This record gives sequence, C-alpha cells and structure tokens, in this order.
Amino acid sequence: MYELFENLGAWLVSGEQWSGSDGIAHRLTEHLQYSLLATLIAAAIGLPLGLLIGHTGKGAFVAINLASFGRALPTVGLVVLVFLAGGLSMLPVYVALVALAVPAIVTNTYAGMTAVAPEVKDAARGQGMRGHQVLLQVELPLALPLIMTGLRLALIQVVATATIAAYVSFGGLGRYVFDGLAQRDLVQVLGGAVLVAAVAVVLDLALSGLQRFLFRHRTA
Amino acid sequence: MTIDWSWMGDHTDDLTALTISHLQAALTAVLLGVLISLPLAVIAHRIRPLRGLLLGLSNVLFTIPSIAIFVLLLPVSGLTRTTTVIGLTIYTLVVLLRNTVEGLDSVPVKVKEASKAMGTRPLRTLLTVEFPLALPVIMAGVRIATVMSISLVSVATYIGDGGLGQLFTDGFQRNFPTPVIAGVVLTLLLAVVADAALVALQYVLTPWRRRRA
Repeated sequence: MYELFENLGAWLVSGEQWSGSDGIAHRLTEHLQYSLLATLIAAAIGLPLGLLIGHTGKGAFVAINLASFGRALPTVGLVVLVFLAGGLSMLPVYVALVALAVPAIVTNTYAGMTAVAPEVKDAARGQGMRGHQVLLQVELPLALPLIMTGLRLALIQVVATATIAAYVSFGGLGRYVFDGLAQRDLVQVLGGAVLVAAVAVVLDLALSGLQRFLFRHRTA
Repeated sequence: MTIDWSWMGDHTDDLTALTISHLQAALTAVLLGVLISLPLAVIAHRIRPLRGLLLGLSNVLFTIPSIAIFVLLLPVSGLTRTTTVIGLTIYTLVVLLRNTVEGLDSVPVKVKEASKAMGTRPLRTLLTVEFPLALPVIMAGVRIATVMSISLVSVATYIGDGGLGQLFTDGFQRNFPTPVIAGVVLTLLLAVVADAALVALQYVLTPWRRRRA
C-alpha cells in the first residue's frame, strides 16, 4: 500500500510524465476543453430554458421531471448509444456531457427564479417595469446565487464524466484510467483518478471564489 | 439503428439477472447510506461546530468523479461488488446527510419543547417526534439518492461489476446497439419503479399527512 502511494507520487511529479502528446499537461488541456465547452453549451441551452420556465411559471412540470430524468439516465449507455448511431467522433461525448449538465442547470435556475418573493416582482411591476425588465433587472440578479450553484454542480459532474471520452478512444485524463485498467497498471489508473478529482475540486473552488467575489456586496 | 428483438427474446434470463444484480447494488448502497447518514445528521444537527465540517466533507466527496472513486477503492477492495457498493454509498451520503439535517432543522422548536415538557427523554423525542416529522424531507433525499445510485451502478462496469452497465460494454465492443438500448431503458425503468415505491412507502409511513376527504 505504502509502496503504491510512493509510486503514485513519483508518477505525478516526474517531468517526463508531464510532457509530450501523452503527457499530463496535454491530457489536462484536453480534459478542460471537453468539460468547459460542454458546460458552456449546456448553459446556453439550460439558462434560457430555466429563466423562461421560472418567469412564466409554465412548464414547471417539465423542469421538475427533467431533474429526475437527468439523474436516472446512465451516461455510459448514452455515450455508447450515440457513438453506435453516429460513428467515431467527439459528438457522443459532447451529447452525453450536455445531457448530463442541462437538467442541473435548468432545475437550479428554475428553483432560483421561484425563490424570488412575489412581492418584489409586484413592486417592480408597480413601478412600471415591463416583463423583460422584471426578468433581467429583478428576478435574474436575485436568482443568481442558485443559478451559480446549478452551474457549479453541472461543471463538477461534467469534469467527472469527461473521463468517458477516453472510453470511446479520445483523450483527456480518462486516458490514464482506461489505459491503466487495460494494462493492469494501477499506478497509472490511480494517477488519472487523482488528477480528475483534483481538477473537479479546483474548478469548484474557483467558481465558489468567483461567486463570492460577484456577490461580495451581499455580505457587506 | 434497429432493435434486434430476437436477441432480446434469447436473453431474457440474462437481462433479468443483470437487472436484479443492478438493483441489489443500488439498494444496498442506499441502505448503508441511510444507516451511516442518520447518526451523522443527528450529530450535525445537535452540535453546530461539527455541522459545517460534516456537510463540507460530504460535498468534497461528491466532487470526486464516480469512476475515480471506484478506481481509488481498488487497492482496498479490488475488483469486487464491495468496491461498487462502497463507491455508491459514498455518493449517496452527500444527498442523504444534507436532507436529513435539513429535515431535522425543519421540526418546529415548539414541538420539541412540548415533547420535552411532557417528560419525554431526548432519545425518545428524537425517535418518536423529530424523525417522523422530518421524514418527508429525509425521504426526498432517499429518493434522489436511489435514482442517482441506480444510474451510477453502470459506471462500475469499468471495474468489472456494474449490473446493466455490462450491456453497454458488450454492445460497444460488438458494435451492436440492442443491448445498449435494453440497458438504458431497463435502468430508466428501474429508477421510475424504485422512485414510485419510495413515494408509496412515504405515504404508508406518514399517515398523519393524509387529509380525510
């Protein structure tokens, strides 16, 4: 056990492991690229949807059920299915990652919107604000903390799941996990897993820091 | 992409066995998760300084990818069902712990004081007053944890276990969509059925919430 961790440490810090097309630096960049792009696409779909449902109050049923559907859908199965249907490309991976992230974003955005007190919205309307003004200037800013929580949750899940890109022969940090499993090289497997976990934790901390910076006036 | 129905017919036994194994892994994990999170939630609820620590710790565990958790457990428990169940249990903790603490928090102080004033001991108050009143919020957590676990079992297919997840590997390796479709559909069905069963269980466990017509 001790020896394993010693080897793991050596694997993580060796310069040769970090460079080259199979190096950690390159795999890390790929992993971040998959994760960030997928989360951005998911946000582009999920945010307007959640805002619309929250603002109009229509389709709440969809928003609530989307959440449990998203939790129940097996991502691995989805990747393989899109892969078999559409052939070898990054498309299956992005489809699966976006499908994973959209429900988290929609439901949290919707939850944030419904948490805005009706009196506040009435007051805004009473001051002569139009529908879109209420949405953008009142509801959205008040819902932002929960929206950010949804984005963080989505990003963590996407970073974790981007590992499966390697399953359908693409890059990212999952490469070490799957290659290591195939080669019975536990050190490499653990190295990959530790790196993915580290990326998830660091990104989450970064976003929570950003959130605290954006909302610093609230605590003052 | 067409479904090969004859394959389905030939493999009903396999599909049933995989479904049962899948459900077993998920339910064992949720049960363990409940058993672990209940006492921890009571501690987090009663002892304020430990609350942030326990909830924060469960949040950090949640940020670790599921495949990574399974893999990190390999040196401990190897390529076994135990690894699957431990990994899933860790995942259920974040939802179960948070919801149970929130549930206990939601019990009105006056109700607890009334129970205390009637001479009920703290443990008895906890078991007969606080837990039942917190049950709806706790059950909401149990439902999320169950659906999540059912979906996550298939990730364990990478370490050789994984119930219905094996159908994904099988279909992928043979370039044959039928088992993959069967696996996805059965997983979704399991989640729906388990969720409905939990709703029914909650209905039975909270008779006082049923309004007489």
